[in-house]
Amino acid sequence: MQPSDPHTPAAEGITPYTFSEKALAECKELLTHYPQDHPKSALIPILHVVQADNDGWLSVPAMDAVAELLGIQYIEVYEVATFYSMFHLKPVGKHVFDVCQTVPCMLRGADDIIAHIGKTLGIKPGETTADGMFTLRTAECLGSCGSAPMMQCGARYHEHLTIEKVDQIIGQLRQKDTRSNYTDHIPAPDDGTTASA
Amino acid sequence: MGRQLLLENIHKPGIRGLEGYRANGGYRSVEKALKTMSPEGVLEEVKKSGLRGRGGAGFPAGLKWSFMAKPEGVPRHLVVNADESEPGTFKDRYLMQLIPHLLIEGIIPSCYALGVDTCYIYIRGEYFYIARILEQAIAEARTAGWLGKNILGSGFNLEVYVHVGAGAYICGEETALLESLEGKRGLPRIKPPFPAVKGVWQRPTVVNNVETICAVVPIINDGGEEYAKIGIGKSTGTKLISAGGHVNKPGVYEIELGVPVEEFLMSDEYCGGVSGGRPLKACIPGGSSVPVLPAELLFRTAKFETRLMTYESLADGGFETGSMLGSGGFYVFNDSACMVRATWNHSRFYHHESCGQCSPCREGTGWMEKILYRFEHGLARTDDIDLLWDVQRRIEGKTICPFGDAASWPVAASIRHFRHEFEYHATHPTKVKDPKHCEKEPIPYPERSYAG
Ligand SMILES: Cc1cc2nc3c(=O)[nH]c(=O)nc-3n(C[C@H](O)[C@H](O)[C@H](O)COP(=O)(O)O)c2cc1C
Ligand code: SF4
Ligand code: FES
Repeated sequence: MQPSDPHTPAAEGITPYTFSEKALAECKELLTHYPQDHPKSALIPILHVVQADNDGWLSVPAMDAVAELLGIQYIEVYEVATFYSMFHLKPVGKHVFDVCQTVPCMLRGADDIIAHIGKTLGIKPGETTADGMFTLRTAECLGSCGSAPMMQCGARYHEHLTIEKVDQIIGQLRQKDTRSNYTDHIPAPDDGTTASA
Repeated sequence: MGRQLLLENIHKPGIRGLEGYRANGGYRSVEKALKTMSPEGVLEEVKKSGLRGRGGAGFPAGLKWSFMAKPEGVPRHLVVNADESEPGTFKDRYLMQLIPHLLIEGIIPSCYALGVDTCYIYIRGEYFYIARILEQAIAEARTAGWLGKNILGSGFNLEVYVHVGAGAYICGEETALLESLEGKRGLPRIKPPFPAVKGVWQRPTVVNNVETICAVVPIINDGGEEYAKIGIGKSTGTKLISAGGHVNKPGVYEIELGVPVEEFLMSDEYCGGVSGGRPLKACIPGGSSVPVLPAELLFRTAKFETRLMTYESLADGGFETGSMLGSGGFYVFNDSACMVRATWNHSRFYHHESCGQCSPCREGTGWMEKILYRFEHGLARTDDIDLLWDVQRRIEGKTICPFGDAASWPVAASIRHFRHEFEYHATHPTKVKDPKHCEKEPIPYPERSYAG
């Protein structure tokens, strides 16, 4: 179906990707949400599943596997994966901090939070710590401006951030043995607070 | 406190679950619509209500629905816009997290009126945990017979799916959203054809904001005329406002349209005043895409009339002295905020989020960001203000989608009202190297007359 590519993952020393059973089942379920003749519509939701299934990032083999599952060209997957900011095209830390830097958060101290995380972890936005634990990214408005400053780590929103709170979060995450994924199922309070932290 | 049509029950215990929601009168509108009304009747009520789209543009919902094409044998769709990415806006998240069944309920009579049997909720990827809440609510509603086949024995069938995006502001624009729903990059389409004729998969599609669809519930329950009694003129009903920035009580408030801006900002019922014990400097009343208003023009229009929270009053004076209600993302600046820094921040946002299809937008947003970087870091000259003005002017109105306007308006408004701060940056390069210079030494607003 697809022309064979001389730059095979194995030749380039990249780990090949095969769907875990659970991920494949999730992808197949997602496909049932769309008309049968439009399987490509499931692409973005499926890339989220595959990213979580592939250690938190989308390698070329992982994207190729998605193209083959959906019966679309590889390029159709690459162009989407590169367009959206939640897809990681390089390995990332176990816990990715997406810290909002847009004006409403800036007005409530986002700059200081970003600087503090950078200093504590010894990295700049866009970088990953040497031990592979944390990646720091800046994000644009995450729809939580009323609880500013805030950041997202995996599925979780951490809101009303202070320096102390950030230190606490970093400390807790150092102890956590699983990766924080955007797709995680997490409890969110229903007690009238918007904060999900 | 004004009437609370959407938030009335939001703090009731158990309201997130179906049982708690039902116990507070939930799903009555579905019974009423499906058992006693025709699809045309539902549309008629929405038209009578005067409800305007709550996503930002304020287009009358009933009118949009009436444009839905109905070609024989072609399925039609409702797509709920839960992308909520306009900086300063967080009301849809609040609704979906705390009272998800309200959205599911609103979807049912809406789809009934539109002849839709499959609805998608397009939600921004960052809201994954909210997508889970919605999925659970959908599953509950389906088990209880509010969704699925032959709902309430009416012969009406409906399935609702949640579709997550993956981080791209432009996917809030309705045609980019449809592209994204088709599994593509979020590149806005050229209109016409409009989505109501050719939308997702080239099928007729209505795209509405979360809050718009939620408002259908009280409209069906109480009637469109009752809804239209709230508000002023063409600004009918209630509106959720996301209040943030330098206010004492940030949060989501439901207002009756027509509340004076001063009351909204200063009274304890709402924002509770400007935070930091400092004077008010400016406010962006409708999300980052609308023009900023200086303190002088926030509570009174240039004609010295009381400024109200309505589509018309906030826009009074046009771009010279007015702004827009937009998405209701209301954020406030006290005098410790630097308007140059804020404008730079906004322009970085728009540069980052431009989809890149149109040269004026793709290149222009980058140039604006670069010039503003220079201002912010004390590297600009006074005549760069005119250069910046010239760049923004060449974007507005010359692009495929309104994003280009949204990127240029905030810059234009900042220059219009805060030119003196740009001049200050050009003439005090050492001072402005400190990003907190306004906090230490506020820049006074010059005496000026807006009248006449
Ligand atoms: C750049 C851009 C971003 C937008 N973002 C959103 C958004 O996040 N949520 C939303 O509901 N509408 C957004 N809109 C407006 C939509 O295009 C559309 O008008 C709206 O979803 C229609 O729903 P309504 O009539 O119920 O408001 C955006 C428009 C533009 C141009
Ligand atoms: S105006 Fe900007 S965002 Fe809109 S289509 Fe053109 S390049 Fe894309
Ligand atoms: S500006 Fe940070 S969440 Fe909106």
